Amino acid sequence: MSRRLAWLSGSGVMGLSAQAQASGWNMPVGVTDISAEIYSLHMTIFWICVVIGLVVFGVMFYSLFRYRRSRHPEAANFHENTTVEVIWTTLPLLILVGMAVPATATLKKMYDTSDAELDVMVTGQQWRWRYEYLGEEVAFTSNMSTPRAQIRGEEPFGEHYLLEVDRPLVLPINRKVRFLFTADDVIHSWWVPDFAVKQDTIPGFVNENWVRINEPGIYRGQCAELCGMDHGFMPIVVHALEEDEFDAWLAERRDEAAEEALGVDRDWALEELMARGEEVYGAICASCHQVEGQGMLPTFPALAGNERLIDDLAWHSDTVINGVSGTAMPAFRSTLNPVELAAVLTYTRNAWGNDTGDTVQPAQIAEQLAR
Amino acid sequence: MASKLPKPPLEHSASGAGAAASEAHAAPPKGILRWLLTTNHKEIGSLYLIFSLIMFFIGGIFALVVRLELFQPGLQFVDPEFFNQMTTMHGLIMVFAAVMPAFTGLANWMIPLQIGAPDMALPRLNNFSFWLLPVAFILLLSTLLMPGGGPNFGWTFYAPLSTTYAPPSTTFFILAMHIAGISSILGAINIIATILNMRAPGMRMMDMPLFVWTWLITAFLLIAVMPVLAGVITMMLLDINFGTSFFDAAGGGDPVLFQHLFWFFGHPEVYIMILPAFGIVSAIIPTFARKPLFGYASMVYATASIAILSFLVWAHHMFVVGLPLVAELFFMYTTMLIAVPTGVKVFNWITTLFQGSITFETPMLFALAFVVLFTIGGFSGLMLAIAPADFQYHDTYFVVAHFHYVLVPGAIFSIMAGVYYWLPKWTGHYPSETLGRWHFWLSVIGVNLTFFPMHFSGLAGMPRRIPDYALQFADFNLVSSLGAFLFGLSQLLFVVVIVKCVRGGEKAPAKAWEGAEDLEWSVPSPAPLHTFETPPHVTPQPHP
Ligand code: HEC
Ligand SMILES: [Cu+2]
Repeated sequence: MSRRLAWLSGSGVMGLSAQAQASGWNMPVGVTDISAEIYSLHMTIFWICVVIGLVVFGVMFYSLFRYRRSRHPEAANFHENTTVEVIWTTLPLLILVGMAVPATATLKKMYDTSDAELDVMVTGQQWRWRYEYLGEEVAFTSNMSTPRAQIRGEEPFGEHYLLEVDRPLVLPINRKVRFLFTADDVIHSWWVPDFAVKQDTIPGFVNENWVRINEPGIYRGQCAELCGMDHGFMPIVVHALEEDEFDAWLAERRDEAAEEALGVDRDWALEELMARGEEVYGAICASCHQVEGQGMLPTFPALAGNERLIDDLAWHSDTVINGVSGTAMPAFRSTLNPVELAAVLTYTRNAWGNDTGDTVQPAQIAEQLAR
Repeated sequence: MASKLPKPPLEHSASGAGAAASEAHAAPPKGILRWLLTTNHKEIGSLYLIFSLIMFFIGGIFALVVRLELFQPGLQFVDPEFFNQMTTMHGLIMVFAAVMPAFTGLANWMIPLQIGAPDMALPRLNNFSFWLLPVAFILLLSTLLMPGGGPNFGWTFYAPLSTTYAPPSTTFFILAMHIAGISSILGAINIIATILNMRAPGMRMMDMPLFVWTWLITAFLLIAVMPVLAGVITMMLLDINFGTSFFDAAGGGDPVLFQHLFWFFGHPEVYIMILPAFGIVSAIIPTFARKPLFGYASMVYATASIAILSFLVWAHHMFVVGLPLVAELFFMYTTMLIAVPTGVKVFNWITTLFQGSITFETPMLFALAFVVLFTIGGFSGLMLAIAPADFQYHDTYFVVAHFHYVLVPGAIFSIMAGVYYWLPKWTGHYPSETLGRWHFWLSVIGVNLTFFPMHFSGLAGMPRRIPDYALQFADFNLVSSLGAFLFGLSQLLFVVVIVKCVRGGEKAPAKAWEGAEDLEWSVPSPAPLHTFETPPHVTPQPHP
């Protein structure tokens, strides 16, 4: 299972080209020591089952054939034998003990999250992932980038249909990365088969797991815990970079974040906000309120032609910033930055014939957030 | 099974064991009232079985909607929201409305006949337990038509998806589950009372047929865990409607608590669906091998140990929720341990075949397929028990393959085996052997086409409960969907067999199968409405 990596020049991780997903019929060996250990546990227990199965089914089919009535008209009459019963109770027990020993050892290693060199907070949200590099001032959300038109069959499927995202998680190889998992709404589960990391993200609680990736590459996974309507559409993509490349990437993201922070202080033009807002809307809001803002009743209200939205800016921005508790409408106060919030508000106030002409400035939002 | 079954008592009273006694019974009401008011274990047994068959088809149609959508990548037929309702309803209906009532129906029919009792111990309660079921499940099905749709959070209904984020109909779902739960508890009480108090004189516990034994243990499991289910759905109800926060972290609650409670119910629940199956298979294999069951006593002990262990393994469904290491290890070891008594059962069945004189009538075919395919489900279960590996298997199609192997060619094949086995006793006619074979082979092929590829799609990385999937899973899903339609359609043959058998067919004698030994074969076929009104004489003998 050799992983080849084709590089295209370009900025940051977007230069990584697609790379074939380990596919086929079996569990991947993966690219970490743990995933390889798990694979070998899996194959060991599998072969144990095969051998037991061959013996058991062998005896069974032999009996069915040899002792069918036409060949064996007189049945024997025995119905007890303590010796064999003791044997077939203790033998499996010994096999199981033999299996439990290596499984215990692997599990202990999986639980050792100490001495991590990088901490990444992974937050599950309906229906995207948010990644935060703790202590690095870098955070972003990662949404499925497969166009809905492909899902509806209006366009041909892309190569990584349903397993592609707008912003992948980027990690260094050869460093121990600790994940802290949580969720904002319901339970999700972050799973990348090549890392053998699957961990539930639970609202209000933090779970831990870790990874040390051995090979650079692109690794794909999916949310594994039913989390509502678009559970099938919250993929995970991880780009594993050489250490120096990762450091460069992280520095670049840090600068970008700083630049974005500056954006709060300046005045934005309507077109600028609309362009940015459309991106944010498509990535975040469209899964519920739909691309054309038409919503999906009864659960998801329409935003296009929504009278209250058009008339009442204060309520509109409050709804988006603070969410509507007890419903699926999340609070975006910590997920989106002031620029993004201002942009998406402006966009929803002007798109699809809402035409209010309002611009909502990032500075206004920053002020509202500070209150 | 048509409503002719069994015939009204007067026609048969002369042939029954209790001709004199049945004169004391007033003529039963006619028509629908007869079925509404019946307290006869055979009629109630038939009601349970007919109800279960109808629900099997409804749950099956839901499954076919799921398989239709998964036939190809992309969304073609239903939207994700409805897809989730279909997976949820399929699971709920199959577990609570098809498999469990089918076993209760068999228990109603066969336990009194197998222990030489005239009826169940609490006949009126028996009527009530049954009639709760249609109420519960009509209510549950009606949620599909409510605004916002029916339950869409999976049959395991994990909070907070099933509380804060659930559709408004969830309160009705909770009510329906409460009603179904009461029905199960009352049914279980009745079965225990019957078995403990109404065995024919001379029949000791260790003389009881294994179907009776396994049901006795199952009934205790039901009584132990259905209240836990009732508790957990009541907590949901409070969270949804009364502002509590049992499962809402924002109010100081714990979503994982839900899972602990659910699986404390849910794991014994899966044994509730398989222990009676062990009993049925343990009746059929000796009959057609014409040889006593090997290791009767060890079968009883193995069943009891499985039942006890089933209370100690629940968190193996939760290996990735972030349990502490010691808990992971504990639940891994206990889960692996269950393989031992389960293995003992399989070895016993196979040794029963060894040096028998075997024929392959339809009930035997289903029972043999049960042994092989259930064992395959057991193997994947053993793999799932290995906690580190479960980090890869969990919530994938590998798990879906595993539990469908133990439930479809496991539980459901055993029910079909039981139906073919006892139909002559119920109707007085043999079911058509030709059609039965067709039904069997199409079912076996369909089941394996459907569920075997799921092992591969799961290992290759396909999560369960998704309406659409990445392209590398397309071939597996295509085969699964074709298999599902083959399996679903071949069940129509089952209905044909049953209807034909009720209407007529080759007449069956009291002892319909040459090698059959238990008490039910001492009463005429079809069994008259009232049997064993004077208890039979059971000469105590070591059970074969
Ligand atoms: C997870 C699904 C989901 C996402 C994602 C989502 N919303 Fe909502 N939204 C809802 C729901 C549900 C409601 C209705 C809440 C209620 O019942 O009051 C709602 C309500 C609203 C309302 C009030 C509409 C009204 O008439 O009550 C606005 C405005 C809104 N959302 C904007 C947004 C914006 C902007 C985004 C993206 C930044 C977004 N939503 C993302 C689910 C979502
Ligand atoms: Cu999710």
